[in-house]
Amino acid sequence: MSEWFLSINHWFGDDGLIPLLAQHVGYSAVALLIAIAIAFPIGCYTGHTGKGEALLIGVTNALRSLPSFGLIILLVILLAGYFQSDAAFILPCIIVLVVLALPPIALGVHAGIRSLEPGVHDAAKGIGLTPFQILTQVELPCATPLILSGIRSATLQIVSTATIAAYVSLGGLGRLIIDGRAANDFAQMTAGAILVAVLALLIDIFFSLAVKLSVSRGISRRVKNS
Amino acid sequence: MNINKGCLSLIAAAMLSVVTSSWAAAAPQKVIVGSADFPENQLLATIYAGALEARDIPVQKKLNIGSREVYIPALLDGSITLIPEYSGALLSYLDAKNEVHSPEAVAAALATKLPAKVKMLNVAKAQNSDVLAVTKKTADKYHLKTIEDLKPYAGELVLGGPAEWKTRHEGVPGLRDVYGLNFKNFKVLDVAGPLTLTALKNNQIQVADLTSTTPDIQKDHLVALEDPKNLFAAQNIVPIVAVATLTPAVEKVLNDVSSQLTTEDLIVMNGQLADFVNIDDVAKQWLDKHGLSKK
Repeated sequence: MSEWFLSINHWFGDDGLIPLLAQHVGYSAVALLIAIAIAFPIGCYTGHTGKGEALLIGVTNALRSLPSFGLIILLVILLAGYFQSDAAFILPCIIVLVVLALPPIALGVHAGIRSLEPGVHDAAKGIGLTPFQILTQVELPCATPLILSGIRSATLQIVSTATIAAYVSLGGLGRLIIDGRAANDFAQMTAGAILVAVLALLIDIFFSLAVKLSVSRGISRRVKNS
Repeated sequence: MNINKGCLSLIAAAMLSVVTSSWAAAAPQKVIVGSADFPENQLLATIYAGALEARDIPVQKKLNIGSREVYIPALLDGSITLIPEYSGALLSYLDAKNEVHSPEAVAAALATKLPAKVKMLNVAKAQNSDVLAVTKKTADKYHLKTIEDLKPYAGELVLGGPAEWKTRHEGVPGLRDVYGLNFKNFKVLDVAGPLTLTALKNNQIQVADLTSTTPDIQKDHLVALEDPKNLFAAQNIVPIVAVATLTPAVEKVLNDVSSQLTTEDLIVMNGQLADFVNIDDVAKQWLDKHGLSKK
């Protein structure tokens, strides 16, 4: 196994680790940003107004049950006619990853805002804050731990699922797994699996640090009341 | 009390041993049918399984395993004991340097090259070989008739096929070494399935690995390029069985299937599969038609 990683040919070149890793992170990052751009406002709206909660939960649960693998092949077949280029593969891949990331982010934002103690909300209203100020200055800062945990689980799901990009001819670490399987090359396959796991772990560590640093000290209860 | 307990456990043990020994004696060895990971091969495996079951031979199905590089080792280690194979492709897998290509020569060469643990039964008339296909438009534009004609243009064209083509002789390495083709790019798709066909029709790839029994070749007027240097040898359907499970009954059933299976059957049945007819239903229809289903 270590021999596989020690061979320089496995690191560079068309199917080398470095380009595959870059592609993997690239697909994941693009999908995550799009998912945040869509899900964050939705979560803010339902969380702040309390309207559409049942709809949000129903829709997100339905999205969660979509099988990514089936969806990506279906989308390639449906969309390929509209593109001459690789966009026919990239777009379905990104859509699938976005769909995967929407539920945890939207629900994280929504639940974070809803879990605010009613007294805090009333106090904010009482000192004359506008609804927008309440959202940005009170609700969102208080909801940060849950929002970040939603984004964290969305990111982990995206990173582990981005392997399916390789099934529709794209790159990413799934390339090692799929090509390794077809050629009965277990070293290559294992290398791909290990790298996905390591990448997911690193991202998880990054998020746990980010939560520690970005959440207000009063909310995270790290300051001892003396 | 103690004596009673002892008696009981003795009786239980005796009953257990009787039961297990009678199982061992009564049940003939189960045939474990495997298949590759594309629809036609799964269909053939289902037909084998159906024909065996109709003669009361116990069968277990492990379909959709993967490529030849995966399922042949599985056959040799006993994880599966029967698989529908393609004579020429299997021969190249066992001996990359073989130069025979007629159906008879391939079958004869294959029989000598198989490991001792497995045996090939009679070869069916039905053939399904890999073909390089292009759209009519591409063929007209570059005046393509054979794979050789691709040589001046390969650098502008993208080839699509299954992942194993990256390393397999009858794939990218063979096209490079035998025909001198260096394509602009090789895209990993599926084994002549919906992804490859979609990509070929929509120009994400210009040259595709299809199989000669793909119904879309006729339906969508695709051009299957001739293979004058015989990179892709004759591919007759042949059951490969582990010697350990091969009984005369099993052999007879599978030879009955092979003797009636034709290339036309394969094209028709692949067309049904492409129209989303269930594999089990297509297999059952074929078995019913040829009197091989349960009476």
